[in-house]
Amino acid sequence: MWLYFAKRILLGVLIVLTAVSLLYSMIHLVPGDPVKTILGPRASPELQAQIRTKMGLDDPLPVQIVKFIGRVATGDLGEDVFKRKSVNTIVFEQLPHTIYLVLSGIGWAMLVGIPLGCLSAIYRNSMIDRIAGVLSVSCIAIPTFVVALYSVLLFAVTLKWLPAIGAGDGNFSSYIIHLILPAFAVGLGWVGYLARLVRASMLEVMSENHVRTARAFGLPERTIVFKYVLRLAILPTVTLIGMGIGILLSSAVFTEIVFARPGIGRLIFDAVTSRNYPVVMGSVLVTTVLFVVSTTVADLINALVDPRLRHHK
Amino acid sequence: MLEISRLNVEFTTERGVIKALRDVDLEVPRGSIVGVVGESGCGKSTMINSIIGLLAHNAAVRSGSITFEGSDLLQKSQRELRDIRGTRISMVFQDPMTALNPVLSIGAQMTDIQYRDPIGMAQKKQRSIRMLSRVGIPDPETRLENYPHQFSGGMRQRIAIAMALQAEPALLIADEPTTALDATLEVQIIHRLKDLQQSMGCSILFISHHLGVIAELCDFVVVMYGGEVVERGTVRDIFHRPAHPYTIKLLECDPARIAETTRALPTIPGEIPDLVNLPPGCIFADRCDRCIKVCREQIPQTTEFAEHHWARCHLAGSMAET
Amino acid sequence: MSATEISAQATQMPATWQNVWRALKRVLREPLGALGFGLVMFVLVSAIGADFFAPFEPNKIDIRAKLQPPSAEHYLGTDQLGRDIYSRVLVGGRIALKVSLVSIGIALVIGLTLGLIAGYGPRWLDNSLMLLFDSVRSFPTVMFALAVVTLFGPSLTTVMIVVIVTQIPIYGRMVRSQTQALRDAEFILAERAMGAGFFRIIAMHILPNVVGPLLILASMDIPFVITIEAGLSFLGMGVRPPTPSWGTILNDGYSYIYNTPWPVIAGGIPVILTTLGFTFLGESLRDVFDPKLRKEI
Repeated sequence: MWLYFAKRILLGVLIVLTAVSLLYSMIHLVPGDPVKTILGPRASPELQAQIRTKMGLDDPLPVQIVKFIGRVATGDLGEDVFKRKSVNTIVFEQLPHTIYLVLSGIGWAMLVGIPLGCLSAIYRNSMIDRIAGVLSVSCIAIPTFVVALYSVLLFAVTLKWLPAIGAGDGNFSSYIIHLILPAFAVGLGWVGYLARLVRASMLEVMSENHVRTARAFGLPERTIVFKYVLRLAILPTVTLIGMGIGILLSSAVFTEIVFARPGIGRLIFDAVTSRNYPVVMGSVLVTTVLFVVSTTVADLINALVDPRLRHHK
Repeated sequence: MLEISRLNVEFTTERGVIKALRDVDLEVPRGSIVGVVGESGCGKSTMINSIIGLLAHNAAVRSGSITFEGSDLLQKSQRELRDIRGTRISMVFQDPMTALNPVLSIGAQMTDIQYRDPIGMAQKKQRSIRMLSRVGIPDPETRLENYPHQFSGGMRQRIAIAMALQAEPALLIADEPTTALDATLEVQIIHRLKDLQQSMGCSILFISHHLGVIAELCDFVVVMYGGEVVERGTVRDIFHRPAHPYTIKLLECDPARIAETTRALPTIPGEIPDLVNLPPGCIFADRCDRCIKVCREQIPQTTEFAEHHWARCHLAGSMAET
Repeated sequence: MSATEISAQATQMPATWQNVWRALKRVLREPLGALGFGLVMFVLVSAIGADFFAPFEPNKIDIRAKLQPPSAEHYLGTDQLGRDIYSRVLVGGRIALKVSLVSIGIALVIGLTLGLIAGYGPRWLDNSLMLLFDSVRSFPTVMFALAVVTLFGPSLTTVMIVVIVTQIPIYGRMVRSQTQALRDAEFILAERAMGAGFFRIIAMHILPNVVGPLLILASMDIPFVITIEAGLSFLGMGVRPPTPSWGTILNDGYSYIYNTPWPVIAGGIPVILTTLGFTFLGESLRDVFDPKLRKEI
């Protein structure tokens, strides 16, 4: 068990290290001198050299990467040379907005998707099941940013029910109101994923022998479904939700652009378009770490909940 | 106590209608152990599932009756059947590795099946502990907290038996309970089962394809082939005076009874007939070495030649005498 | 050509076409399969015949006729530069499909090769390829896309690189597991014992068994690729203006969403129809051909 935990965490760390090194080398292999990009083409050679030394660009690439990782390990993401502000401050200012968005998106997707999957499995091949199936596939297929655009068009522009732009004027209720449409757009696809997964894994568990045993002992259908089936069938969804949080954190950029919300996705987008490398590095790094952490944690929770894994590994 | 008569069950599949059970008759007298033998696919499991009302969605009972304690189970609603399952009729399944829920402790599962009894949790737990020690689980108090995967196969099958007998049912249906276990464990479980049956006074319907176990445990034997009961009799009748050619073949193929001199295991040549397109005559005609003209043309009627002993064969009477 | 050769060909060719036809009939028998097939055909025909169907030159600017609602002249209205949206949607569809088919095709070829190498080659090669696949997959797609855009700048090629790199591990993994399952199968061991070479075994036994599931998987990836293309173009990181793309139509339209809803509606519907069409078709293809790939029972 602890060995499994250690292995899983080590794998996560390895992935992050590889990703960081790759990203660092990619950005520094960009055609064009990053110093020139920052200072503009007319800066004096002395100033260029000064900045270059300051940014540690004179070292060979592997040394730069090791130095960078060492710096990151102490919790320093570097400095935004444009704004003269620490990247840490910039990233952690934006991050909460994205986290609220992702959690509320996944949250409503769970509230709708899991019961929908259960219903489909219990009334398999019925009309409810068929309709839920088509809906799930459609939710998955339609891109999030199209959902976002259409929901702005319908609820904000045409019906004028909800605000479309920004994150509110600072007070709590306006923040929540501004969160509704983005969370809807972000979560819709996950309703489909969760419903399909829960349905499939419930059906799989229902066909297992121990459910037949429970039936043969005359247990009430409600006990069988909620205690004997759902408890097992929910296990794979834990992993999926972990993955979902990771994927959403990293793909929030579309929703944040459409709704002009602050957040890490928007930060990366702006940094990429203005070639602000320290901010790109810092925010992509944080996002990737969160991605890896959420998938790893999901796996670990899965191992904790499932007594078979708990005692074996 | 349990009496199945003229039971017909069909499955609707893409290939056509499978006539899985045809005119099955079976009787389990009170306090007796009845063994059912037959190859896989002969309809044993379908018969059990019809008794407990857990047939697959595509299966349907076409005709017949299953009388248990004076009333027809086939006429009962799902709700009434559920009240009988786990109280009057209990089951032990074949594969002990998968028959218990892997994410609930043994104790939780044993208390869950007592949900009908108006007693407290502590009493339910006490009862579970008593039952576990009766089937020979050492240290039952602590093992109650364990999960199924922490037990060996033999232990799990004992737990399954403990669960089944907890409610003191009138009928225990055991579906090949020892097939997945090795020989020494098999003997232990069989003896334990017989002891418990005698002290509780219940009846057992014991399904197996292991003739040795049947001979050891049972009072009556029912031989099934291709969805029909082909012969029924006391253990003595079946093992010493088999009347149906299939029973005779089955006994010849039992490794335990083969004389040392032969090297190769004898088998019955041919395959089980297609239950979608049934042959017009006897179901066993294709594989029977005594097949005569009438066997291909007419379905044989049951012939009773001694008390409790009958067979479904055109030649049955003549063969039992020889 | 001898008579026997001709007759052999005559019996072989229709047989495969018959199989395709029979599978198609089974797909069409399901309502969703038929709907998916219809949508895909519709999208394909309008994309291929885009130049023929388009009433206007897609980049023709007419400022006087800007932001018009749908009319008999402009079926889907005009954008902020007075360009005909209907024509732009048609041509944009051709670009979206071209990107999807070309990049999935390249990813298939590379994935197939790497998967065969991993499945058939030595253990260390297998392990290192798997590690590579895993690290690529564990990097979030959108982050990867943004990084590639930073590196190469926004263009169609960038979009295709993103798709190719993210899809290779999926195909590679699948080919590898199929190859490993087959490699030790009895009939292949027998062939090897009889002296059949590596390429003969691959070509005769492994490829035919791998291609079917691989194509189904690929057809189900088309919606994903369309989404990536439209999404990156929407962010201004894919197709460069003035080239029409569903993503750029949406982006242009979004800036004027309070003036007119039509560009956003017109740009979104083809994306929805195409992704739904390919998804429905892919799902029923999978159900017909490969029930094992099916997750639900």
